[in-house]
Amino acid sequence: MTPMLTVENLSASYGVVRALNDISLEVNEGEMVALLGVNGAGKSTTLKSITGVLRPVKGSIKFLGQEIANGKPEATVKRGLSLVPEGREIFGTLTVEENLRLGAFVSYQRDRYKADLKEMFELFPILEERFTQPGGLLSGGEQQMLAIARALMAHPKLLMLDEPSLGLSPAMTDQIFELIKGLRDRGSTILLVEQNAERALGIVDRAYLLASGEVQYSGTAEEIRRQVDIASVYFGGDDAAPCEVTQ
Amino acid sequence: MMNLEFMINTISLGSLYALLSLGLVLVFGILKLVNFAYGEYLMIGGYGLYFSATVLHAPWWAMVVFGILAAILTSYLSELAAFRPVRNKSANALLVTSFAVSIFLQNAVLILVSPRARAVPLPPIFSQTVNIYGAVTPVRNLLIIGTTISVLILLSLLMKKTVLGLAMRAASDKFTTTRLMGVPANLVISAAFVISGLLAGISSIFWIGRSASVDPVTGAAPLLIAFIATVVGGMHSPAGAVVGGFVYGLLFNVLSITLPASMISYRDAFMFVIVVLFLLIRPEGIIKGGYTEERVG
Repeated sequence: MTPMLTVENLSASYGVVRALNDISLEVNEGEMVALLGVNGAGKSTTLKSITGVLRPVKGSIKFLGQEIANGKPEATVKRGLSLVPEGREIFGTLTVEENLRLGAFVSYQRDRYKADLKEMFELFPILEERFTQPGGLLSGGEQQMLAIARALMAHPKLLMLDEPSLGLSPAMTDQIFELIKGLRDRGSTILLVEQNAERALGIVDRAYLLASGEVQYSGTAEEIRRQVDIASVYFGGDDAAPCEVTQ
Repeated sequence: MMNLEFMINTISLGSLYALLSLGLVLVFGILKLVNFAYGEYLMIGGYGLYFSATVLHAPWWAMVVFGILAAILTSYLSELAAFRPVRNKSANALLVTSFAVSIFLQNAVLILVSPRARAVPLPPIFSQTVNIYGAVTPVRNLLIIGTTISVLILLSLLMKKTVLGLAMRAASDKFTTTRLMGVPANLVISAAFVISGLLAGISSIFWIGRSASVDPVTGAAPLLIAFIATVVGGMHSPAGAVVGGFVYGLLFNVLSITLPASMISYRDAFMFVIVVLFLLIRPEGIIKGGYTEERVG
């Protein structure tokens, strides 16, 4: 079976700072894959390259057999890739309703939109309560739910989540991870980027561990646990050096 | 007692300034660019009025349409030809480009038309006055107020009720995230420039209407007014621009009637001192925006 998403020998930089060095990874249909690593390991840079926000220096990114490296950000969602961005990126001045409507920007059909909203209210009942409120007034956890719902409104083939637990209380983190697991059980293909390696390994099929812009380990959740001292990664051990500066 | 004539004058001047500021702030919201070529859109609108009257001998309503279209087209083309290619470079590149567009348009008119002012024949309604309960005021003041109210209503309907408006509001909040929703960057930016040009064109009719003439530097004064009014009102929301426009108009009129005749030529200096003092106390302007700063990438 050909993978849904294939990243091959991808390198990316911010000016002179090399953030990604020759990384390769795959996500198969129906799988949940985690991209783990500390701050600066290159996780978000990988997502930025996939979504076209950052132009990679070299390498290839194929989605459903089509080359998408160097695409525009606005083309990403049309291809079936939705991102739940780091820091949630809710439109604070727009209402919950308007946030969701934008999520459906490319896929809008009146009847389907209504049905989708209903489905989102079942998954995230709080959004129905807050429907007419500005997104900026929601709590962190509620905003995270809104960000996920907004991404789901586009009916993505692959859902990418960037640090969904960032800045949330432990209880809210539990709830969000429970939700992500639920999405996976419904058949969504998910690429999960997380700093919280221990929690992520609890729900994913496979994982890649990034350090200094390179894939250090990859394998099933079990294999990663066996090979790597997860606690040391999480707290910034040897594998967690910051990215190098190249000329 | 509040003088009715003073009130009408202030509201009409504030309306004109609000329209001017709104056009500037719409582009700033999305591109984070203070477009210093904005005054030139108004100036080109003025030449649109002039040529439609003198060359085409168009009736007044066609002059209005022609003037507005000229401003919209100039605004749209400047985005396409000048701003789009440097959009991903830096904020400074955009800013310098806006100066370049301004200088280019001023000099194009200077060479192609004339460095001297041209008289714009306007319909008699622009020079008539009307008596309302003893207050004598030019009819055009009432036209400005009516036009501004209509424009504000239509613009808020566009922003609140249409998907394009929704996308534009989202883009002025978080540009990259808006693109990730599938909203094309070019669409919202072009839309902002077209609306900005429309507002410059409408303002142009009333700006030119006061002096009935147009010259290559006609755009300088309205640009300065729009810029100061938006800074005072708050750069981060259309509401700030409108409030800033009215506050600036009020300040102008209050100074006009309170300053002694010998000091009236220093009116602008007084205005700037007041604005500077105000910004020292409240640098974010009257209306704080809920927007976060984000550069177009």
